[in-house]
Amino acid sequence: MSGERGSPVVWLSRFGMYATAVLVSLFVLAPIYLMTLAAFSSQEDVYAYPKELLPRNLSTETMSFFIHFGGVLDALQRSVVVALITLVLSLAIGTPAGYALARFAFRGADTLRLSVVATRAFPIVILSIPLAVIFISWGIDDTAFGVSIAHTALALPFVVLTTSSVFAGVSPELEEAAMTLGCSRLKAFVKVALPLALPGLAASAIFVFIVSWNEVFAASLLTLRHRTLPAEVLSLLEGAPVNFRFAGGFFLMAPSVIVILIIRRYLFTMWGRVLK
Amino acid sequence: MRRIRHTRRAVIGLAAALALVAVASLGGAGAATAAHRDAGNVVFLSNQLAQVSEVDQVRNTLLKGFDGNVDYVTPPVGQGQVWFNRITAEAQAGKGTVSLLGGLHGDFLTVQQYLVNLSDVAKQLQKAGIPKDLLALGKLGTNRQLYIPWMQATYVMVANKQALKYLPKGAKINALTYAQLLQWAKNMKDKTGQSRFGMPVGTNGLINRFLQGYLVPSFSKGVVTTFRSQNAINGWKYMKNLWQYTHPQSLTYNFMQDPLLSGEVWVAWDHVARLQAALKARGSDFVSFPAPRGPMGRGYMPVLAGLAVPKTAPNPSGAKQLIKWMNSVPVQARTLGSVGFFPVVGSRLSKRLGAGLLSMNAAVKNTQRAKDAVKSLLPIGLGAEGGNFNKVYVDTFTRIVVKGEDPKTVVNDETPILQAIMDKTGAKCWAPDPPSTGPCQVK
Amino acid sequence: MTTVAQEVSVERRRRQWEVLPYGLVLPTVAYLALFFAWPMEQAFKLAFRDGGAWTIEPFRTMVNDANFKDAFKFTMLLVVVIVPLQFVLALGMALLINSKLHGRGVFLAIFIMPLAISDLAAGLVWQSILTERGYLNTVLEHLGLIDQPYIWLDPTKPNQLLFAVVVAELWRSTAFVMVIFLAGLQGIPHEYGEAAEVFGAGFFQRVRRITLPMLKPSIQVALLFRIIFAFEAFAVVLAITGRAKTTLATEAWKWQAEYFDSHVAAAYSALILVLSLVSAGLVVFLLRTPKEQMAR
Repeated sequence: MSGERGSPVVWLSRFGMYATAVLVSLFVLAPIYLMTLAAFSSQEDVYAYPKELLPRNLSTETMSFFIHFGGVLDALQRSVVVALITLVLSLAIGTPAGYALARFAFRGADTLRLSVVATRAFPIVILSIPLAVIFISWGIDDTAFGVSIAHTALALPFVVLTTSSVFAGVSPELEEAAMTLGCSRLKAFVKVALPLALPGLAASAIFVFIVSWNEVFAASLLTLRHRTLPAEVLSLLEGAPVNFRFAGGFFLMAPSVIVILIIRRYLFTMWGRVLK
Repeated sequence: MRRIRHTRRAVIGLAAALALVAVASLGGAGAATAAHRDAGNVVFLSNQLAQVSEVDQVRNTLLKGFDGNVDYVTPPVGQGQVWFNRITAEAQAGKGTVSLLGGLHGDFLTVQQYLVNLSDVAKQLQKAGIPKDLLALGKLGTNRQLYIPWMQATYVMVANKQALKYLPKGAKINALTYAQLLQWAKNMKDKTGQSRFGMPVGTNGLINRFLQGYLVPSFSKGVVTTFRSQNAINGWKYMKNLWQYTHPQSLTYNFMQDPLLSGEVWVAWDHVARLQAALKARGSDFVSFPAPRGPMGRGYMPVLAGLAVPKTAPNPSGAKQLIKWMNSVPVQARTLGSVGFFPVVGSRLSKRLGAGLLSMNAAVKNTQRAKDAVKSLLPIGLGAEGGNFNKVYVDTFTRIVVKGEDPKTVVNDETPILQAIMDKTGAKCWAPDPPSTGPCQVK
Repeated sequence: MTTVAQEVSVERRRRQWEVLPYGLVLPTVAYLALFFAWPMEQAFKLAFRDGGAWTIEPFRTMVNDANFKDAFKFTMLLVVVIVPLQFVLALGMALLINSKLHGRGVFLAIFIMPLAISDLAAGLVWQSILTERGYLNTVLEHLGLIDQPYIWLDPTKPNQLLFAVVVAELWRSTAFVMVIFLAGLQGIPHEYGEAAEVFGAGFFQRVRRITLPMLKPSIQVALLFRIIFAFEAFAVVLAITGRAKTTLATEAWKWQAEYFDSHVAAAYSALILVLSLVSAGLVVFLLRTPKEQMAR
């Protein structure tokens, strides 16, 4: 593998890498393609066999019924609001903790790491009634803000641990260098550590958004009339014919895909490899 | 670097703006809407009529003309606990948003302590034509009217017309026996190479109702008392036989309309609401018929949906008005036509129902009128143990039929569990078991 | 020679330094404690109390239940099979993106798309692919590989079912691990790898000696989450296997949602929690990053 550039070994390994990448891509894309296709097909086509694999008979009847169904567009907007609030809250609260875990070997660090993860290990199904009672009593039941609070609690572990693992990869000497040049600790953090940890923040941001966007259980529980999109979609589609379920799945998926594609370029650092 | 900073600032700014909007929306939860109407605002939470098309019908057809502002809300169809959790949480918190509840008899059993006594409404509706014995079911074994009957349904079988040619000789589809059903399933498998009979045995499937209302009663003329009788064991052995000719994916089927429409299954049993999509989309391809007859009769189970008012309802009077509206004759007729659920008040049938619904209606009538009908009532007095009652039957099924264990052993294992449930709740026997004085006993 | 004032300010800064980490984690700890503490306490009480008395009855019911052994075995099987496979796949994908491959951006976009799919939608799609009259059989029939639809989701063939679940789960959740790895890979300077190459280290050697050790924090994080999800995941398993197979999480859900017995459901949840914590503890212990390695 350490042959000269242009040698057949190098070319073969390059070809091998491409082939692998393409194969994996096909595997990843196929189900998404099928879901999109089914969402834009008529009920008849979706149930037919052999299944239609090409976009020959596209139909928007399923999607348009779905979109015009009362409440869906409101729910979409509400999900966006909830996701954004969750993003801000969880990044603000969790990033400092991640930094602390990475930089300082303080007593209780490992316990903290475990406890934070433990909150995710408890199936939220069991917490449903106590949580709902709290929310109703506090008057934040059935509001976007209330759901965001729940989502932040669910997303915090991701932020804390992901940022911690990335900060661990940023050399502390750089911050110390900045401090000897006169920066305060905070300034060194903001100007040196944070930008270098951008991929970690981007990854955290993606996770938080995804977690909040797709989260259906707490959202169904904590809302009644002002639903988020997954809660709304799920409540409509459980017993519906398959074409409607695909439409719902697609509808849920499309905005996430867009957001992920936007954030993904920040997954790379500035070490000369920023993606265009 | 600067670009990143700008982008971040923009994102934070946008988020802050939206956060302000969200906080402003905090007060939106209980905001009153529109002009004052007679019944006021009623939040109607129902786990029936919760499928997309049904919700559409409720909002645009059934509620049309009601003098009030109704918010029709439905929890996810397969997730009963969301309905239960919401009611329980509101009760425990002491304040609620929901004024009217729609659910099944079995659902109300689990939340009966949170419901208001509706005797006044019951008296009025009895005069309007709801049969007394139906109303009595709404008392859930107490002396308070806990729910008002709303609509009826039952379970039927549906066959794809291309399966009819595999019927055994002499079999009449409206008067099948279980033995003939077995032969039919076997014929389909032998001649086509694939099992085309299906049952809803998925985790959200209603197999428990089949076992409690159809299989065990048809073979043993009982549900609890005959649980470990030889007749019941024969019934389980029959299922084991039938399973060989049942589509293997039945363990994943929750709504039989899907495999019927896709053609994986040609003959199925399920709740009428879960067959609807198939009957509506291609009604002329399918035929509905009553469930078969066993050695002891033709067991069947009626389904009763009802309306109730939680104690924490913010608008109980509006809820009561809505109950009366939903049970009025014109709305009940519309209910049948739009969502296929049968009225609780007497009502004449419109011919414009469509081939699928008409066929289904005929099947239901045939079931109810059959001379050898063995009516299995809904479990009464089980409270929150209703779920465990279901578990006994489903576990028995899974162990005997799917895992292949010996029927007698399994039934003997499960009997103490079943008996414990009866003893714990004190539930007296119900049809088709003969009435008892104390807790129902497994003989 | 330092003055008293200078010594005091050094001392103050040292104390600030020691307090700082606690201050930084306080918001997180407070938030999570506030949010989870009371509900969790309630939930634990449910597992250990029944009708006002302390009892382990819910646990006894859980263990004696007909489905317990199957649920436990299948859950462990899934964790043991899926997690390692996924890590290898994710590492490969992350390395691929991290290399100088042309069109990395496109591949990255594609590889992370499954993240956007909720597990319910993923279950739905894979069920439609694998069902008898589904997409996979359509393709196979077109290609002439089979002449009649094959039943992939056959409960009498448990290995086949396991394979189906593994494939679907790999598809759905590998992107998560890949993203963590990718973010971590960014922290490894080129120069290390290039230097090693100069000294004749092959690709796999470089991965084993340089990449993996420096990726330890990311591996630890990814493992922690992935194991926890593996114990909790059930939407995809449910969609593909239905009642044919069950997991601990499915049982917890059934006891809560179908049998309305919160006590046993809480017992299952406690078991899941303990298993997750034990595994997480093992992961943290085995992959601990020594201080020297952190303060590179």
